[in-house]
Amino acid sequence: MKKLINGPDDVVREALEGVEMAHGDRVRVHYDPYYVVRADAPVQGKVGIVSGGGSGHEPMHGGFVGPGMLDAACPGEVFTSPTPDQMLEATKAVNGGAGVLHIVKNYTGDVMNFDMAADLGKGEGIEVEAVVTNDDVAVEDSLYTAGRRGVGITVIAEKICGAAAEAGQPLAEVADICRRVNDQGRSMGMALTPCITPGSGSPSFELGDDEMEIGIGIHGEPGRFREPLGPASQVVERLASAVVEDLPYQSGDQVLAFVNGMGGTPLIELYIVYRELHRFLDGRGITIARNLIGNYITSLEMAGCSITLLKLDDELVRLWDAPVNTPALRWGA
Amino acid sequence: MTSSQFRDWIVRFADEMATHRTELTQLDTAIGDGDHGTNMDRGMRKAVERLETLENGDIGASLKAVGMALVSSVGGAAGPLYGTLFMQMGSATAGKSELDVAGFADALDAGLQGVRARGKAEPGDKTMVDALTPALEALRNGGDLAAAADAAEQGMKATIPLVARKGRASYLGPRSEGHQDPGATSTYLLLRSAAEALGPQQSNER
Repeated sequence: MKKLINGPDDVVREALEGVEMAHGDRVRVHYDPYYVVRADAPVQGKVGIVSGGGSGHEPMHGGFVGPGMLDAACPGEVFTSPTPDQMLEATKAVNGGAGVLHIVKNYTGDVMNFDMAADLGKGEGIEVEAVVTNDDVAVEDSLYTAGRRGVGITVIAEKICGAAAEAGQPLAEVADICRRVNDQGRSMGMALTPCITPGSGSPSFELGDDEMEIGIGIHGEPGRFREPLGPASQVVERLASAVVEDLPYQSGDQVLAFVNGMGGTPLIELYIVYRELHRFLDGRGITIARNLIGNYITSLEMAGCSITLLKLDDELVRLWDAPVNTPALRWGA
Repeated sequence: MTSSQFRDWIVRFADEMATHRTELTQLDTAIGDGDHGTNMDRGMRKAVERLETLENGDIGASLKAVGMALVSSVGGAAGPLYGTLFMQMGSATAGKSELDVAGFADALDAGLQGVRARGKAEPGDKTMVDALTPALEALRNGGDLAAAADAAEQGMKATIPLVARKGRASYLGPRSEGHQDPGATSTYLLLRSAAEALGPQQSNER
């Protein structure tokens, strides 16, 4: 294992210190317990938005803290959910009197810890709503599993809900928008390589040089099936057809297309994926009205990508286009 | 069972988590995300530290403190689940300085109910519930803590052929067959430590 770290036990704290040094104009970092918060929090009268999850998915979520997106993010250990006391402290820090929305990815640990945090927050008199994202179509059998995982749509939901909150919409409306984004969004990912957590030092699964894993999650967990390595066009065909047929997205739909890198795939390849996706959707009469291409919800150094589609309407387009000013996502500001 | 014995239970369980850290992580790497041993070891160290700052005497207060320490230091799924187990056991034994086997069974029952409510797991889902449930049954059928630990061990081994239906292992579907559940394994170690610390052979020593 080769990693640019000082020691496996110091990874999360030292990365947070780097974030604070780099972006101290926009975010503050609390270390006991860990959370990243907008420098101007709490914003009075604005709904606060808190997300969180294991570390190792950077820039999600800490990179999305700032005006127009998240008010706070709680980082856990690498690939381990943060704890309720972190979430409670973050919730208190961003509560400007209009309530707090928790955006939670559907992973067993995240859901249970945020559940406990919401109970604790309500116990302190803060209005808390939670929306669980579950957009990963790779999980076929939701009945006999922990359900579909929350992946790429989480980034989109954080941006769109952040805009709604910034515009002064009340908690119930921001939560409704979050549910709508989740309902109209679908994702699927694939890997060319596994990833290596700093703590374990060994690959999360074995994958031959001539194989790829289709339908992976974001913690190096194996996916739906593996097959011989194919060209980008075949990978996109696999991912996009599963995504499109699930909602289903139909001819005439306007979508936001999000091509996400898993951390170890260069942008030049992500743009080839985007080209293939554009052609695929064109062939089905689906129009890409907005796009996002880059490494936003990663799995350490895993090579691979995921595709997320969100069916758009005028309100969602307006919220997507609204200004955002975070370390990892910035426009109009 | 005295409050000192309950402390001894926690210390022994923390030792077991340190000793079996690698084994638990390997089990978790096979079907989960490879952090169960690391997380439980970190959490139980914190729990023991927390207990050292607490006055001894109230079994419920000690167990609650352990639960709070786990919830705030473990993360993942194990934090809320083990945290809930200990906090519910703590509520069931609040203010008590001694407990008999029936009282322990009542506390364990409360803990198991809490775990099932928090994690929504049923017996047979390949989780820690599969070790807790037979242990409680053994106690309810008049068994001692050693019998409960044996039943938990059987329950742990019985998770091997199961297909996981909860947690991250559930995403593997049939590929989770043939692996022992890491949560059931740490729960077996919890009950084995209980038999050692709270069992009748220790009752006159402390």
